[in-house]
Amino acid sequence: MSIDSVFVHKMWNDKELSKMVEGGVPFPMLSDAGGRVGKVFGVFDEDAGVEARGRFIIDPEGVVQGYEVLTPPVGRNVNETIRQVQAFQLVRESKGKEATPSGWRPGKATLRPGPELVGKVWKEWKTEMAFD
Amino acid sequence: MAEEMEIGCARPTGGPVGEAVDEQVANETKPIREVAPMIQVGKKAPDFAAPAYQQGKFVSVKLSEYLGKWVLLCFYPGDFTFV
Repeated sequence: MSIDSVFVHKMWNDKELSKMVEGGVPFPMLSDAGGRVGKVFGVFDEDAGVEARGRFIIDPEGVVQGYEVLTPPVGRNVNETIRQVQAFQLVRESKGKEATPSGWRPGKATLRPGPELVGKVWKEWKTEMAFD
Repeated sequence: MAEEMEIGCARPTGGPVGEAVDEQVANETKPIREVAPMIQVGKKAPDFAAPAYQQGKFVSVKLSEYLGKWVLLCFYPGDFTFV
């Protein structure tokens, strides 16, 4: 979503993005002229008249599980976004019984929060697990 | 004379120049309604509808139509910038 019109979205997709992604962008490219949606999400910069690089993960209930907002010059880490979605999906599938500690990625150990885990995280999780 | 601009990552914009409008006058004409950001993790995302371009078609998208699915909503400064 950006403040550009759907016509500009079409030109960007057809003239440039389709050269990077076969078949072009598969998902809807949303237009927010005037930044009204961006204002509600807290990413619209009134002075510049544009939206910051905001990214919101919204679950099947419509609940915001996480977000990240960056100023324009720095791009996002798509891998990290996908990792977070995978982590939230795992937590949801376990009905909240499992949690993903720092550094978790698919295949790595999860934690089962509860009275037995209190004071015992050091046995289950080592500092080096925070890093790839 | 028009000056050549340095183009960065944000869409260049203009605005009124010259003397600032008297603040009192500006305040009087300002609408009282202010939209406060209302995003909090663990809380519902505000619903919205927006026009969109998708695969050769112009469509209208409503966030609540995606209930039951995971949604990644991304904002960016402008087309023809990196994402």
